[in-house]
Amino acid sequence: MIRILRQIFRTGIVTDLSPQFDDPRITVANLTLEASVKRRFRRSLTVREVDAGSCNGCELEIHALNNPVYDCERLGIHFTASPRFADVLLVTGPVSVNMEIALKRTYDAVPSPKIVIAVGDCACNGGIFGETYASLGGVDKVIPVNIRIPGCPPTPTDILNGFYKICL
Amino acid sequence: MKKLEDALRAAFGEDAIADENRTPVTVTVPAERFAEAAKILKDSSAALCAEWSVDDTDSGRGFSIYACYRDGGEYLIVRAALPQENPQFPSLVKHYVPAYRFERRLRSLMGVIPLGSPDGRPWIKFEDWPEDAWPLRKSFDAAKAMPRVEGQYAWLKAEGEGVYEIPVGPVHAGIIEPGHFRFQAVGETIINLEERLGYVHKGIEKRFESMAWESAVKLAGRVSGDSTVAHSIAYSMALESMVQCCVPVRAQWLRALFLERERIANHLGDIGAICNDAAFAFMLYQCTRLKETMLGTNHKLFGHRFMMDRVIPGGVAADINAKNEILTELDFIGEDFDRLVRIYEESSSLEDRVRNTGILTPELAAEFCTVGVVARGSGLNVDCRVHSPYPPYDSIMVKTPVLTAGDVHTRLWVRVEEIRESIRIIRRILKNIPDSGIVANCGAPAAGATGFAAVEGWRGEIIYWLQSGQSGQINRCMVRDPSSVNWLALEQAIMGNIVPDFPLCNKSFNQSYSGHDL
Repeated sequence: MIRILRQIFRTGIVTDLSPQFDDPRITVANLTLEASVKRRFRRSLTVREVDAGSCNGCELEIHALNNPVYDCERLGIHFTASPRFADVLLVTGPVSVNMEIALKRTYDAVPSPKIVIAVGDCACNGGIFGETYASLGGVDKVIPVNIRIPGCPPTPTDILNGFYKICL
Repeated sequence: MKKLEDALRAAFGEDAIADENRTPVTVTVPAERFAEAAKILKDSSAALCAEWSVDDTDSGRGFSIYACYRDGGEYLIVRAALPQENPQFPSLVKHYVPAYRFERRLRSLMGVIPLGSPDGRPWIKFEDWPEDAWPLRKSFDAAKAMPRVEGQYAWLKAEGEGVYEIPVGPVHAGIIEPGHFRFQAVGETIINLEERLGYVHKGIEKRFESMAWESAVKLAGRVSGDSTVAHSIAYSMALESMVQCCVPVRAQWLRALFLERERIANHLGDIGAICNDAAFAFMLYQCTRLKETMLGTNHKLFGHRFMMDRVIPGGVAADINAKNEILTELDFIGEDFDRLVRIYEESSSLEDRVRNTGILTPELAAEFCTVGVVARGSGLNVDCRVHSPYPPYDSIMVKTPVLTAGDVHTRLWVRVEEIRESIRIIRRILKNIPDSGIVANCGAPAAGATGFAAVEGWRGEIIYWLQSGQSGQINRCMVRDPSSVNWLALEQAIMGNIVPDFPLCNKSFNQSYSGHDL
């Protein structure tokens, strides 16, 4: 136990305390993501992630949001196991034919207002996989999309920036 | 180094026509003796790496069925020609268990029938696909959307008093890829697990056929995002073997540098995640912190956090000019990692969860022809960097850990040892990396050529087999991610364990859904 405590103190706080936002409105309004999550979602923005056919690159970066450096929970953003608790559906990958029904069902299970964020180039427009017999292309081919975060994969900062857009 | 080839020739005589010009040697046998060849190779202790089929319409023939075998450093491909109408061949499942999934896949996607296969259910192809949709056939139009039809998947059933079923997925609780698992359990004990994969099938193999040789490396880099470097290297090496392209030495060393960095980053993530699944969250945060450090450095030095698209046919697209930065980082990570490993070793409650859980016995691991971390945790000494070392691994001695207990702890410990070894390898690379250009011109292959490469990614051996068509286009690109064989072994490892230990076992395997489904 003493080693664990020692390691924790040795590590200190590694969190990046001032994430860079690229939307000019954010600096104009002088808002931080934390404050707007507080304001709009009572400090609790609950996210359900669905991989609709990604190569798992985007999943790695969404995972990274939970690491101590980005630590999205400090901003009030947390991931949930059930779509029924979710404010936001975070969808990655081109929608594969085999995932279409599962994605629709997950979307139906999310309570209104359903906010859908498409993460990554594939989710935005099908990316390198395009539209074929097995891939339906971007997420908006199957469910309505509110926000798109391009990138292959988008960095955790890009994804946080995307979250910010729903709070503006 | 010709043990398998000799054994096959001795048994088959004139029926085995070997093409020595191809790498590896490709032996053509009559279709009806395809399974017999497997038996002879099995008796020579070969493992089955992959089984796939090709539509040869382009060269005016019917279909071909291929199987790739490995014994030590020797790879051997056995091929049989099948007629255009009613293509059938004797199934290999009797001799090689992993052929089970390969054959279900090629029957579903190519419409080639394995005779005597114990399971005729489709794989990857879902029940709502039209019966005659065989996407890998040349006559199939990949751009056209498929209609949905009615259908039902025939799940295996277990009956009896107290037996109940737990269906899980495809959308799981965590941030992971989709797949369906169906457990039959009595009380807490799992008596059977049936996997059903294919949810992330994006038609990658078919997609390759519509791409140009040079640009297709981008697609290879997105077969499984976490192994992007390994897949790009494997594709590039397969292509380079077709055009006899000489990759500059420095580029080869840089590829190894990227590959080892990818290995460390992913193993760190896995170790953290395994501990987290036993509720030891401290380790997850510490390990992901170290992983994040590496990704940040990747971004800074090579322009991408996962080094995607940094390996290209003919060389690499990023050079290194800040060796010291990597060395300092390695010191930092090595030191911190050792402290974490010590904490892991001293946590008895964690040990209680990871030891003797999810055991894959060495016998089963060999029978299922497993590869990579999973195999090395179960006593199999398989590592492409060692048994068929491609440059620069022929001049860097790689020490591979091989342990035999086959439980969750062992698979974790293989990763611990591999991180330490990779740190040593990177130090050696930085010390000895030669000066030269980093990219050579890689032309397009001639018609009817084939290329092959096996690369040890962080999960294990990745195989690419390429074939050019009559007009020099990509006629077939066979991708074999380690997940294609290791998923099957997970079903065995889980038997007799309790349901709450499944996430732990699954994480210790950590196979790719995307790499399997393609």
